[in-house]
Amino acid sequence: MAFRTRSDQPQPQPDDGSSAVGDPLRPSDHVDGTPVDDAVAGVTQPRLNLLGYLRFFWRQLTSMRTALILLLLLALGAVPGSLVPQRSSDPNGVIAYQANNPDTFKILDSLGLFSTFTSPWFSAIYLLLFVSLVGCIIPRLKHHLDALRAKPPKTPARLERLVGFQSVTTTTDAATAIAEARSLLRRQGYRVAEYENSVSAERGYLRETGNLIFHIALVGILLTVGVFGSFGYTGQRILVQGEAFTNVIGDYDSFEPGRFSDEHSLQPFQLRLDSFEPKYAAQPDGSWAPEDFAADLSTRVPGSSWTTQTLKVNAPVEIGGTEVYLLGNGFAPIVTVKDPTGSVVYSGPVAFLSQDANLTSTGVIKVPDGLAKQVAFQGFFCPTPVTIPTGCQSLSPYLSTNAKALPVLQLSVFTGDLGLDKGVAVNAYALNEDGLTKIAGFRTGVPGLDLHVGDSAELPNGLGSIEFTGIDRFVSVDIHHDPTPAFALLFALLILGGLLLSLFVPRRRVWIKAIPGRGKQLTRVEYAGLARGEDPTLARSVAELAERHQQHLDGLPDAPANHPDDQRT
Amino acid sequence: MTPATLDAYSVVAVYSAIAVYVLAFIAFALDLSTRSAMAQSAATAEGSASPSRSAVSAAVAGSSRAAKTAVIDRVSPPAAPTGSVAGRASRFQRTAYALVIVGWVVHVSALVLRGLASGRVPWSDLYEFVMTGTAIMVGVFVLIQLWRDVKFLGAYITAIVVLLLGLASVNFYVPVGPLNPALQSIWLVIHVFVATLGTGFFAVGGGLSIAQLLQARREAGGLARVPFLATFPSSEVLENIAYRVIVVGFAFWTFTLMAGAIWAERAWGRYWGWDTKEVWTFIIWVVFAGYIHARATRGWRGSRSAWLAIIGFTAVMFNFTVVNLFFKGLHAYTGL
Repeated sequence: MAFRTRSDQPQPQPDDGSSAVGDPLRPSDHVDGTPVDDAVAGVTQPRLNLLGYLRFFWRQLTSMRTALILLLLLALGAVPGSLVPQRSSDPNGVIAYQANNPDTFKILDSLGLFSTFTSPWFSAIYLLLFVSLVGCIIPRLKHHLDALRAKPPKTPARLERLVGFQSVTTTTDAATAIAEARSLLRRQGYRVAEYENSVSAERGYLRETGNLIFHIALVGILLTVGVFGSFGYTGQRILVQGEAFTNVIGDYDSFEPGRFSDEHSLQPFQLRLDSFEPKYAAQPDGSWAPEDFAADLSTRVPGSSWTTQTLKVNAPVEIGGTEVYLLGNGFAPIVTVKDPTGSVVYSGPVAFLSQDANLTSTGVIKVPDGLAKQVAFQGFFCPTPVTIPTGCQSLSPYLSTNAKALPVLQLSVFTGDLGLDKGVAVNAYALNEDGLTKIAGFRTGVPGLDLHVGDSAELPNGLGSIEFTGIDRFVSVDIHHDPTPAFALLFALLILGGLLLSLFVPRRRVWIKAIPGRGKQLTRVEYAGLARGEDPTLARSVAELAERHQQHLDGLPDAPANHPDDQRT
Repeated sequence: MTPATLDAYSVVAVYSAIAVYVLAFIAFALDLSTRSAMAQSAATAEGSASPSRSAVSAAVAGSSRAAKTAVIDRVSPPAAPTGSVAGRASRFQRTAYALVIVGWVVHVSALVLRGLASGRVPWSDLYEFVMTGTAIMVGVFVLIQLWRDVKFLGAYITAIVVLLLGLASVNFYVPVGPLNPALQSIWLVIHVFVATLGTGFFAVGGGLSIAQLLQARREAGGLARVPFLATFPSSEVLENIAYRVIVVGFAFWTFTLMAGAIWAERAWGRYWGWDTKEVWTFIIWVVFAGYIHARATRGWRGSRSAWLAIIGFTAVMFNFTVVNLFFKGLHAYTGL
């Protein structure tokens, strides 16, 4: 297998006859483009007016070099997005970073590094890149549409300097050789044009078509995400067993509307968690590996009855154009809080969020009303507990049935202002200790509460009592409405298809010339090719083409005018 | 056999493969040193024998058939890229290559055993992923030989594979366990496998680009102390082979990105969320897109684009190891 190097030099331009019409249009600094002599331009145009400057900047912006540098800047600019926690993908990480490094946080935040991908500088890079891209593809698109209708260009006068040049003599007359060449090239998928004594052929227009599709689809994906993405919304909700959720903003734990979406964009439906039983497998090293998470849901749209569906990690449930994803799960201890007289002031399951694979969980119970003061409980729930200095840790994600280590709820008690009366949204799963006094638990001198199912305990200072009555499961779900995936997928497929065409279809020109001999001289046939873009197999293809053409000529019946004895030169 | 026994056999096979690859590496290194000796003696013995245009006599060209045509002039295809000196493989190279094949067979059987032990595709934790990724690297290296002889990269490939496999066996090993629910998807089979395929092509492309840079230095009059480079193809030929290998990797990587987005849409409810692994997959894609642009930009062809290919492959390795281990993100499936 011969390897050819010549086409990878800057292409020799055919010395005449081949107009640039058939070439894919390229910026002037593309290896296949027509170089612009800057020195000459500078001499003839010493002063640029405003339009001249604009044209100059436009040409700079749409040049290959600028596109390349913007690409590299884009890659470089994305790096901090992986080094520093991002508000979009890891909001808790950002809060933790702020708490741990308040000084660096200020500097990094002023640079927009915590939301790298929406920061002005990152946006500037990709917007410039896309302007450059659009500026490059629009003229190319027009040019390519013309080229698709144009004939292959005139055969250059001299083929010697082109790729795979070969010259043979034949006893066949020139007209027959040309006719054979023409039909051979057509069969091989070339577009052909006949000029005097020669056939000019070109193939691989799909290369440029694919290249344009690839770049246009990139713009398409950017617009899809940027514009249509704003019509979606996402929200999260924790659902305890038996609890139903209605798709209105007020029923979400957290809700992020898109730029163009509001409460009217929410499709009406209801969702209920019927049961959730996760499966884990015991590992040789004593740990537990998750095996299967499946939640049984009931869903209902207005005017119909409940239908049951199974929600799994890789299998979202779709209801009326909105999708529900299983994010997490855990235990929700059921507690009842009573005032000193014994009337119930709070009762229900409270989701405790898991902190590790064995569901060591933390949570908060807030009792704003009914007791002498506002009261909050904060602490751990461990399904299979061992005691550690700060509380408990779980050894298994299953609820223990061992009487020596029954599931435990360990709580500290706070009193004071829960901050619920200011009309500001407050995280239900975290406790802001400002304005609160810890009255029982670690470092207060008063022991915290250690409860097993069925236990109840008196609260300090005669505030009332709390009872741990049972344990439910909960799942956390992500609810998304996103109109873009179908479009994004379409553009992604166009990107892939366009890329494959533009990388692997060779665009090439081939010429076959037959020069009739004078008098008794034989006909001379010449072959040569020219690559348009990367085309490492051109020389071999021209050689094969020539070989086949010669076989065809050899197979023709002899014309009476030929002199077989004279054929060798 | 129990899964644990199968897994134990798999581990034995991995260590055996490492041993065979080490031997292959030694043989490749010896091959390079014999190349140095050959290059030095050749430099004193003969001048250049470059392929050139020749007027072929008609008797030769048209001899086998009753021809009406006769060749009078043609540009003969360039001779074998390694020129006159290294046209024939040394005994060391033949031995080394045979060892690579043997090592690869053992390596693949380790994968199969691990797959049988776990009852699923063997690329579901970091240990398995490195094991599969390195097997694909060697597979791509072997596959490319069918198209073009790049066995001179053997030392580079075996060194990378031995280092990664050793690192994985010692530090990343986890016993077979059930498949994490987040990974229970057909896209695990497709997305991760195609990603490793892309990685294999980028690895070979990166090696070729390193060779290209060295060769370009030698052609510019430097690196006289690395005589075996004289037996390598010219920097231009190396660049062309590297380009063709890398664009295949790029196509696979584009598919990886898309398949990952489709899977993310199923699993996490969004197809793109700038998770750390997504960020690095994107960075790698953009760097190689830059490489392809550089190849087509005046003044960037040659060494500059080769640097981009090397940076790209470094980013792939970074993504493969450091991002998996130390960066927080949703792709937390190392099993560690």
